[in-house]
Amino acid sequence: MTSATVARWAATYEMVVGLEVHVQLKTATKIFCRCSTDFGASPNSNTCPVCLALPGSLPVLNEHAVDLAISAALALGCHVQPTSIFARKNYFYPDLPKGYQISQFDKPLATDGCLQIGTRSDGSPINIRITRVHMEEDAGKSIHDRFPGVTAVDLNRAGVPLIEIVSEPDMRGSDEAEAYLRSLKQILEYIAVSDVSMEKGSLRVDANISARPVGATKLGTKTEVKNMNSFSGVVRALEVEFARQCAVLDAGGRIDQQTMLWDANTDEVRPARSKEGSHDYRYFPDPDLPPLIIPIERIDRLEASLPELPAARRARFREAHPNLTPYDIDVLTAGPGIGTYFEHVARQSNDAKTAANWVMGDVLAALKTTDQTIEHFSVRPADLAELLNLVRDGVVSHTAAKQIFGIMVKTGDRPSEIAEREHLLKVTDDSALVAWIDEVFAELPSEAQRFVGGERRLQGVLVGQVMKKSKGSADPKRVNQLLAERIGT
Amino acid sequence: MTASAGSLNELSAAELRDRVAKGDVNPRRAVDAAFDRADAVGARKDGLNILLYEDRGDAHRQAAGIATQRDSGESGPLAGVPVIVKDNIATTTLPTSCGSRILEGYVSPFDATAVRCLREAGAVIIAKSNMDEFAMGSSTENSAFGPAKNPLAPTRVPGGSSGGSAAAVASGIVRIALGSETGGSVRQPAAFCGVVGVKPTYGRVSRYGLVAFASSLDQIGVFGRSVDDAALGLHTIAGLDPLDSTSAAEPVARYRDAARGSLTGVVIGRPREYFPDDLDPRIREKCDASLDALKSLGAEIRDVSLPHTDLAIQVYYIVAPAEASSNLARFDGVRYGLRMDGNGLRGMYEATRSTGFGPEVTRRILLGTYVLSAGYYDAYYRKAQQVRALIARDFADVFRSGVHLLFTPTTPTAAFELGAKSDPYEMYLSDIFTCTANLAGVPAISLPIGRVDGLPVGGQFIASHFDERQMFAAAYALERRLGAGAHQ
Repeated sequence: MTSATVARWAATYEMVVGLEVHVQLKTATKIFCRCSTDFGASPNSNTCPVCLALPGSLPVLNEHAVDLAISAALALGCHVQPTSIFARKNYFYPDLPKGYQISQFDKPLATDGCLQIGTRSDGSPINIRITRVHMEEDAGKSIHDRFPGVTAVDLNRAGVPLIEIVSEPDMRGSDEAEAYLRSLKQILEYIAVSDVSMEKGSLRVDANISARPVGATKLGTKTEVKNMNSFSGVVRALEVEFARQCAVLDAGGRIDQQTMLWDANTDEVRPARSKEGSHDYRYFPDPDLPPLIIPIERIDRLEASLPELPAARRARFREAHPNLTPYDIDVLTAGPGIGTYFEHVARQSNDAKTAANWVMGDVLAALKTTDQTIEHFSVRPADLAELLNLVRDGVVSHTAAKQIFGIMVKTGDRPSEIAEREHLLKVTDDSALVAWIDEVFAELPSEAQRFVGGERRLQGVLVGQVMKKSKGSADPKRVNQLLAERIGT
Repeated sequence: MTASAGSLNELSAAELRDRVAKGDVNPRRAVDAAFDRADAVGARKDGLNILLYEDRGDAHRQAAGIATQRDSGESGPLAGVPVIVKDNIATTTLPTSCGSRILEGYVSPFDATAVRCLREAGAVIIAKSNMDEFAMGSSTENSAFGPAKNPLAPTRVPGGSSGGSAAAVASGIVRIALGSETGGSVRQPAAFCGVVGVKPTYGRVSRYGLVAFASSLDQIGVFGRSVDDAALGLHTIAGLDPLDSTSAAEPVARYRDAARGSLTGVVIGRPREYFPDDLDPRIREKCDASLDALKSLGAEIRDVSLPHTDLAIQVYYIVAPAEASSNLARFDGVRYGLRMDGNGLRGMYEATRSTGFGPEVTRRILLGTYVLSAGYYDAYYRKAQQVRALIARDFADVFRSGVHLLFTPTTPTAAFELGAKSDPYEMYLSDIFTCTANLAGVPAISLPIGRVDGLPVGGQFIASHFDERQMFAAAYALERRLGAGAHQ
């Protein structure tokens, strides 16, 4: 199809999206047994009679998983239900050992939440309603490509706790779907209930998508798109499926309610085998597990222990640091650790803007090149603040500070120690500066002569050479003054 | 003092334990006496077919361990007492096949909690008993390994589904055996075989290791040759288990202390729905005689009504198959048990399950799948659960009205001939007086109250939730009063 066609569809039809997001909870043990949830253990080593569904075994609920699920529900603004029910979702598959998945059906853990994913141009919030958050167990993994002709089953993942977060069909476009996923991931990172990594499979997204004429209020027939393994994959899959639906509607056809599988390699969606979409799961309450009753005290305790969430932190930063730009604030609140780090540096250096520049620039770059996390960064925020103070007080030059920071990243040493050890304290003593200038003049006689003769644009080059010679310790302000005095001599 | 093997089998479980503890009886001799008795009555495949798996060498090893403990002065409450366990209760030393081809020879890597309790108490697990496949049946004719026979009348069924355990106790091989109940599978065979069978309150005994049939109804039960044997056995396995979320924290009384209880002031209800006009008059007569005996012991007999009783069988045959259809999904040929080759994954499932499951299990899986299906759930499963709540309320109401216990016949008939009930529904009616207690979750006990044409008749006490002690008190008293008459 041509881009003109796509543009016309975009003007004619509206994309409506609801997302179902599965998130693995970060517990040490599985949801219904005490097996480890460690990722990457040798196949079927993290298993026991319960998660292998041996005859006679029974599930026992992991209360820590419940706490994490409640925290997530509260962070998403949901009402945690005083009573929820575990139900069996029955279907046969080799990686589903019991022949049913323990999930929640008509009585989920929490309902009626809301997630703000941004603001419109008029400043009004874009809110996505969250229908429900429920708990369930993960299935194992079927491995089809490891052994020729057979399917291997690894049940290490079977019984890892999940929450499923179901949104209303409130997103209008793939950009909003992406914003929703980013906001959701960010909140779950802030409350530290999950690794939320789509690549590692700890966050999985299924999308319900429909198209309708612009201006229509009735929802079109939806399809469910599965098998995306990155946020960009979700965006692309939605766009491809939207285009497919638009083409069908444009030709006067009807959308079949079905499950579509995204193929990232071919950039296509294709219908899943029809049976995958038409299961009758025969849900019924699991008689092995009593109703999950959550006293209000437990909800209160978990609510009180929630950390500051991204929206609140952004608002506070806006208030507290008026000289930060919206972009600064977004970067500094992207993850929970970066903002906390920034705040330490800002408080101890008493200069939020400079702290922000350092954190957003040098710190983020160093984290990336050294593969560290902000929580375990080799440069402690107090030390970075000290470095900033050294610059502010004229003890080290800005150039030297960059060098010192590089050493701090490697050694974790304090900046004042490094400055002294590496002779990076700012040199303001004229005799030393004059000696360096003389050396540079001797080495670059032509430039020196032209400069003295009035070619002022060469001053930068000469200052640079002096700074280089001093290994950054020369006070550039004084060097400039001393150089200027030589013009016309 | 020495005792002959024959006389060892005459001792109650408590008496045998005491002799073992004193050092008068070597546990190995008790084990040998049990196996000798099994030989004498023809308990194996070519005879009564009540035992599926046994391991004399392992039993000797267990007995040697008990003897060592005794020598160091430690003897548990069942020290040296041989016990037989129904084939759907997990044991590490013997297979657990649930009477099914699909699990033939399967050995569990863990003991059921009830089995662990027995072992810790010093019991010696000597054999696994025959049963209706996956506990689905009332005659033990649905076993994949052939029907068991009633030791008192070998052309007749021992009842079911725990028929093998009931028959093992009735034939004198052991004093205590474990069974399991979903709708009467301990009490009904106890009645047919002339032994005591107790089904505790739902949640009283851990279900961990009991292969699930219908999880909301299943409960491990105990057979005893006497009320005392059953009380001792149940006390050993009762209590909270962190591995079973449906097990209860209710304190466990010392049931054997109930032997000294008096019935003065105890109100025993006679629910009219359990004495229908068409009840076999000879069974009615035995029940009336028992009620007279209870009255003479000081109990007050009161006519009561449990109005929803006639719906119990229908409710049971919706709820139980529904849960079974899900519980039995794990037998898929993937991880353990039988696997049959087929065309692709679906073909493997179909071949495995249609070969591995017998006709009654297949029937109930289909029935259960149907009642849970979209569009039928509300009409069947949800409705059945609502009626189940009414049945439970019947019991709650009558116990709240000042009635302590109910007394009823255990079964509408005595043991029937093998092959007599070819219509499944007719077979289901065999549980008409027992499945109510499972649906309501209340405890019940069946004990012999006489014979009709030489066949045992059982009478049943039903108590309120967790009041097993009261139930045992009445059973002890009635057993004592009837004396030899219970077996005449």
